[in-house]
Amino acid sequence: MTNNYYDPADLRKFGKITEWSEELGTKFFDYYNAVFQEGALSAREKSLIALAVAHVVKCPYCIDAYTKDGLQRGITKEEMMEAVHAGAAIESGATLVHGVQMMNKYNKLSM
Amino acid sequence: MATKSLKARHVELAETHKQLEILSNGIFKEGELPYFKDKIAEIGEFPLKPKKLEVLQINVGYMCNQVCEHCHVDAGPDRKEIMTKDTMELCLEVIRNTGAHTLDLTGGAPEMNPDFRWFVEEASKAGIQDFIVRSNLTIIRSNKKYHDLPEFFKKHNVHVVSSMPHYTRGKTDKQRGDGVFDKSIKALQDLNAIGYGMPNSPLKLDLVYNPSGAYLPGDQAALEHDFKQALKDDFDIEFHNLFAITNLPIARFLDYLIASENYEDYMYSLVDAYNPSAVENVMCTNTISVSWDGWLYDCDFNQMLGLKVASKVKHISDYNEALLNDRDIVISQHCYGCTAGAGSSCQGVVT
Repeated sequence: MTNNYYDPADLRKFGKITEWSEELGTKFFDYYNAVFQEGALSAREKSLIALAVAHVVKCPYCIDAYTKDGLQRGITKEEMMEAVHAGAAIESGATLVHGVQMMNKYNKLSM
Repeated sequence: MATKSLKARHVELAETHKQLEILSNGIFKEGELPYFKDKIAEIGEFPLKPKKLEVLQINVGYMCNQVCEHCHVDAGPDRKEIMTKDTMELCLEVIRNTGAHTLDLTGGAPEMNPDFRWFVEEASKAGIQDFIVRSNLTIIRSNKKYHDLPEFFKKHNVHVVSSMPHYTRGKTDKQRGDGVFDKSIKALQDLNAIGYGMPNSPLKLDLVYNPSGAYLPGDQAALEHDFKQALKDDFDIEFHNLFAITNLPIARFLDYLIASENYEDYMYSLVDAYNPSAVENVMCTNTISVSWDGWLYDCDFNQMLGLKVASKVKHISDYNEALLNDRDIVISQHCYGCTAGAGSSCQGVVT
């Protein structure tokens, strides 16, 4: 047990969550694995989506995992960074679009 | 990027016993990860036994024009271990009589052996079905005396297998050295120009992909698709198959893993990706590896770790295929590299 909230070595232990709830853990990992199979989207495209989302939800384990996954798939660093920007653009857009709410409220309260 | 081998730099890790110690101690000795022998014992594959011999792989020397960061041979221009003509004669005797359908010449850069061309000419007369030379491509462009290698290969119906870590310049040069990408592209174009790698051409040209870092290769078919598209679109290059090969944690790649503090994570990745169905087809079950000085090994990796075959027959001068086929295969934790994911061998995936 380290004194840090995040330990990179904990990622290896992810599978152990099943030990404390086998049914739900197994269902989750089955679902997870099914999601990342080739489908209407390629596994490569899904890997880039996962990398972007990993940044938006600020999950250090997911960032480690999907950077490595991207390398394994031959995804270039330029592609990875563009995916991160796509995530960042949505996240900052989500903040800024609330500016309309602020403007609405401002206008409503103002004479 | 280093320009000398570990051996020439007198790095401790150049000693094979040191590498074997690392592979048996630490996370394995402490029980964090299982030993390879225990893992394959679970499926009744220990001791690992050979099946029918299919591939005779001969390493004609460790000298190379490149000093790739991941090289399991620790090859380079400073390596002086070169197969002599006498040892080649012994090999030819075996090649003429073997039941193997594939002859696979490797190195170093095999072309740097001064008797390489003579050896290829003689070996091709034995009429082996598939005659592979593992050529690093840049050798063809490195010196005028090698410029005619594509024609030489064609004349002897040699199947060319070449390394290409990525279809982008940056990743290739980082692993293999500055300028390697451009030279490799030119060499591939030269090979294409005389028919190698073209669709339906009998002149086989395959590429080998090794990850340029501490991660495993992705899906071979998907990588082949990406390589084919990029090389065709950008350079009008064609090739037949891409073999995705996992880097095994030995020699310079082990040195890199330790120096970059990736060793433990990498071993975890290999063990996590252990695939029992890859075990029955690992290449040591159908291959014999011969070193520059004629010793026999279960594979090229065991050769670099100094792990000779566990058989009465240990040298090409005593070669006896039936006796050799009765041996137990020598294993250690590096073997996880060949059973990870879809499995890995000199011919790519094994499942």
